[in-house]
Amino acid sequence: MAAPQTTSPVTLHVNGVAHRRELDHRTTVLDALREHLGLTGAKKGCDHAQCGACTVLVDGRRANSCLLLAVAHDGAEITTVEGLADGDDLHPLQAAFLEHDGFQCGYCTPGQICSAVGMIAEAGEGAPSHVTPLAAGPPGVPVPLSPDEIRERMSGNLCRCGAYVNIVAAIGDVTR
Amino acid sequence: MKAFAYTRADDVDGAIAALAASPGGMFLGGGTNLVDLMKLGVASPGLLVDVSRLPLTEIEETPDGGLRIGAGVRNSDLAAHPAVRARYPALSQAVLAGASGQIRNTATTGGNLLQRTRCLYFQDVGKPCNKRVPGSGCPAREGVHRDLAVLGHSAQCVATHPSDMAVALAALDAVVELRGPGGERTVPLCDFHRLPGDEPERDTVVEPAELVLAVRLPAPPAGRSAYRKARDRSSYAFALASVAAALDVRAGRVADVRLAFGGLAHKPWRARVAEGTLRGAPATEESFAEAAEAELAAAEPLRDNAFKVRLARNLAVRVLAGLAAPGEEETGS
Repeated sequence: MAAPQTTSPVTLHVNGVAHRRELDHRTTVLDALREHLGLTGAKKGCDHAQCGACTVLVDGRRANSCLLLAVAHDGAEITTVEGLADGDDLHPLQAAFLEHDGFQCGYCTPGQICSAVGMIAEAGEGAPSHVTPLAAGPPGVPVPLSPDEIRERMSGNLCRCGAYVNIVAAIGDVTR
Repeated sequence: MKAFAYTRADDVDGAIAALAASPGGMFLGGGTNLVDLMKLGVASPGLLVDVSRLPLTEIEETPDGGLRIGAGVRNSDLAAHPAVRARYPALSQAVLAGASGQIRNTATTGGNLLQRTRCLYFQDVGKPCNKRVPGSGCPAREGVHRDLAVLGHSAQCVATHPSDMAVALAALDAVVELRGPGGERTVPLCDFHRLPGDEPERDTVVEPAELVLAVRLPAPPAGRSAYRKARDRSSYAFALASVAAALDVRAGRVADVRLAFGGLAHKPWRARVAEGTLRGAPATEESFAEAAEAELAAAEPLRDNAFKVRLARNLAVRVLAGLAAPGEEETGS
């Protein structure tokens, strides 16, 4: 019997560019980005989806790229922090993180910013959170992003430097 | 991680056939738990059958006034669905109380039910664990067990089931639809997960190559429902204890009640003793406390987790009292 195939051709559309690679099935989207495509913006913090440093947008929604197998995301549209700016014009969240000093070492920042992009879109579509009043709605109406809402919705992104106060301020600034 | 083969199923029967032909394989949904366990060496399937693109992603109205939730529905879509929010608020709240925004965007309904315990010993392949290696022992009994079971555990295993969603589904009388090589069957959510007994390696009654197709909710219970969770930090942490409840009060008395505890046992713990005590009783804090205590009388806490019994009692009283006194603004907390 032939040995089972443990690699497959995978196409990932990253920041608008299609990349095709033969990848071991064990390769995560995070490792594909960092080790195979040279995009090191998304960071490997814990590698277990506990820290959020690897957060990217997959087909428009934020996800922990460390737990996504690349082979299972063949054909996916992925946006990393490298794809947010328009040339030299920073994405409003990138500018706000600079303005509000939303980091110290910066390791969690790409994940924080990608997560915030996804989070703002979710709230804009009316998606509730753990702290959204049940009476809120009707569905589809944007949920206002109070500091409590931002903290709850961003809880999957840790910052060991403790820049949370300025991260919340930066995100709040963009959503006002 | 051990190398593995991968195939993407085109349809449900193809997925089942692929796994039935490959004993050592596993279905891959969102992968938020399975891929993590593969990295830890706890799971090492020789084949992954990817079911994430199967057409199991709809939430449909059923003729009996309930909902059918496809197994592939992402947790975030389930929590945000207008019918779930309006008619089954406890379910929406429970899902939103679990994990993070990123994980909820990826994790599926079926995978949430099938996730494994977060017991430290289960996740550490350097330690014995009867659930991971039957017969190897249970260090949790004498070791780190502050967040483990107080109800229904065995000499073999004191693990808890980590899901919030499943606790709400237990209270709401959900039914799981399964299809396997032998055909389709349905299992009440309350019978889907097992107590550990002397087979702690079996979390659920799912048979080899059986695929969860959907979760069916009957029409919502009369009255109101809610979910509340106590944890070590206010977000992104597993439950120390949680409560899902539905309560219908008529003329000051309990006409109907559904109550389930999370974080206390190897499965969502449907509190039938408490429900029996409460039906027909005055809808007062005294009744709620008496009922919760009657249920929790069966608790056998370990050295470091007796606090969970009091915590669960108090959570149940607060949730039921909140449901009995509408008007206060409720959130997922």
